[in-house]
Amino acid sequence: MRWLLLKDLQILRRSPLLVALLIIYPVLVALLIGYALSRGPSKPKVAILNEVPKGQGSFDLGGTKINGDQYASRFFDAVDPVPVKNRAQALERVRSGQALAALIIPADIVSKLATGGLERPTLDVIYNAENPLKRQFVESTIQFQLAKANQALSGKFREVASQYIDLLLKGGTFDAFGANFRILGLQNAKAILEGVAASLPRGSPERKALDQVIHFAGLAIDNLDLSNAALSSISSPLNVKTTTIGAGKKQPLDSFAVAVAVTISMMFVCVLLAAGMLALEREENAFTRLARGLVSRLGLLTEKISLAALCAAAVGLAMLAGIGAFVTVDWGRFPLWLVAVVFAGAGFAALGVAIGGLAREVRAASLFAFLLSLPVAVLALVPSGATNPTLYDIIRVVSAVFPFRPALDAMDAALSGGGIGLPLLHLVILVLAFGAIARLSLRRFA
Amino acid sequence: MQSATRSEPLRGATPTPNAQRPTPPLTSPPTLAGTTVLTEPTLRVDDIGMRYGDIVALRDVSFTAKPGERVALIGPNGAGKTTLLSILAGIQRPSSGRVSLDREHVGWVPQHAAVYRKLSVAENLRLFARLEKVPDVEETVQRMLAQTRLAGRADDEVGRLSGGNRQRVNIAVGLVADPRMLLLDEPSTALDPRHRERVWEFIGERAEAGTTILFSTHNVGEAERYADRLLVLADAELLFDGTPGEFVALAGDVHDVEAAFVRFLHARGH
Repeated sequence: MRWLLLKDLQILRRSPLLVALLIIYPVLVALLIGYALSRGPSKPKVAILNEVPKGQGSFDLGGTKINGDQYASRFFDAVDPVPVKNRAQALERVRSGQALAALIIPADIVSKLATGGLERPTLDVIYNAENPLKRQFVESTIQFQLAKANQALSGKFREVASQYIDLLLKGGTFDAFGANFRILGLQNAKAILEGVAASLPRGSPERKALDQVIHFAGLAIDNLDLSNAALSSISSPLNVKTTTIGAGKKQPLDSFAVAVAVTISMMFVCVLLAAGMLALEREENAFTRLARGLVSRLGLLTEKISLAALCAAAVGLAMLAGIGAFVTVDWGRFPLWLVAVVFAGAGFAALGVAIGGLAREVRAASLFAFLLSLPVAVLALVPSGATNPTLYDIIRVVSAVFPFRPALDAMDAALSGGGIGLPLLHLVILVLAFGAIARLSLRRFA
Repeated sequence: MQSATRSEPLRGATPTPNAQRPTPPLTSPPTLAGTTVLTEPTLRVDDIGMRYGDIVALRDVSFTAKPGERVALIGPNGAGKTTLLSILAGIQRPSSGRVSLDREHVGWVPQHAAVYRKLSVAENLRLFARLEKVPDVEETVQRMLAQTRLAGRADDEVGRLSGGNRQRVNIAVGLVADPRMLLLDEPSTALDPRHRERVWEFIGERAEAGTTILFSTHNVGEAERYADRLLVLADAELLFDGTPGEFVALAGDVHDVEAAFVRFLHARGH
């Protein structure tokens, strides 16, 4: 068997296209995924026209100074701002594609905000609809940032309104138009009125009228006391409590993405290689020579599975090393990576030899392998809840019949923790099952 | 007891269905020119049959072959020639009957070159020599390169060789284990006359060295020129077993095997 293995490695060495597929492709995928994971989403270019005169971004609300520039700078942090001088220039930037959108801040924004919500300023947002994906990206970014600004402003307004209510209730001083006013407050007013009422004779008409005013003051105090809580609930209408469920494992997104990338690349390389190399034995007419007793049929399959698993392990580890240059991976778990990569490789290789044995021709085997692998990978990545329960159960069964799902589970467990035993056992069962199919297919291989 | 020597006469003027003739034992003492010699047949086939479902590919085929003998297997398309050779090579098992043959000493040369195109000539020979567990691999490789006159192309990839040279490598691979018997399935198909001549010359040298040669061919003229004995297979049955001269004589009023073959098959409804 070792001579056949050596022969296959020699053939691979002399097949530059195949080697390119086996080495360059996974490395490129690793680099792309690593780059995408480490860089994060870029900021969209947004043309900004600020019509508010310089130095007039602040406004006074009930004696509290609110700095509008502070809210604007938060927004500018989330985008790549492209300053423009007028509306026409903003439109031109969007039309030409130099900016994905334009945001026009009207000159009256400050005066309208200063009304404390009585008048609402309107921001102009202009999108370029040429590319729906880009439009969706910039639209969601702007909407999100505007929602955050709205929330921050409404919080500030609530804070100011609360101060007013406190002033009305408890009394105090109030600055307006450069002058200082003293506010008596309802509680003080009620106390004064009660004192005056007590000094009046019972049954006097003045005392009766005064009691009505005292009763109103009491009601106003009680209800205004509740208004702070009511204002808080309006500015934050929903209170969100976050709960995570699962088997005690919090899965890092990066490591799962790495596991997906490595497993997909290994699957394609391994299934295509095993299927192609077995079919090649028949295409080269060498199978009849080998099957005469030089190599047993089981030995031939074992050699192909070993070859593909070996190559897949090398590819998988190379990819992990490549992605490791961009994303933090735990090298202390290397032995587990190795186990996962070898078992996953064996699972994919067994599927590959079954395909090669059934297809019998290199081209047909390659096409068959590709057409089968792609939907299997996609199905295995369908999350629960994305489809109806019956269909999802069918998808789970289909995924369990092929090695992608257990290989992904094994890789994920090796990278980020969790039980690796069951996925490995699953892979062993699949290796035996697909090995048996391949062995049967060799009956009509000659 | 029947003799297994080349001088053994045909059984009568008409071909006898092979199943009716007893095949000699592997250790029969044949007579040659009045002298008793011990010539053990390399191959003995007893009543082998092959079925694929309802289709009968071979029916009760029996014959023997001796050391150094060149036996041609001829017949129309679908007669069962390749099936018979596959069974003798050990690729398929017969549905019935028995093949007495030392498989470790059988070389197999399939119709289409069964060599790896991405490997060089020497690498192919080396690989199969190792798989055949030849004691001295390098010596064998050099010997086969010399015999096939491909020493100058030893490091060339087989895929870059001409069809004729590729076929020589194919035959050489079948001979790396120095077999006592060589089975060839249409060895000269798709070769030009020059390459064909070289291939037959090479095969002839092996026969002279004592290797039993059993080859199938569609080229009846080649069978006449290069075979000592003909086996005519048609409709899954062995219809004739004898020398080319006997076959021509059997047909009557013809002068070569090709004409005899056509008449023979025509008489049997082909």
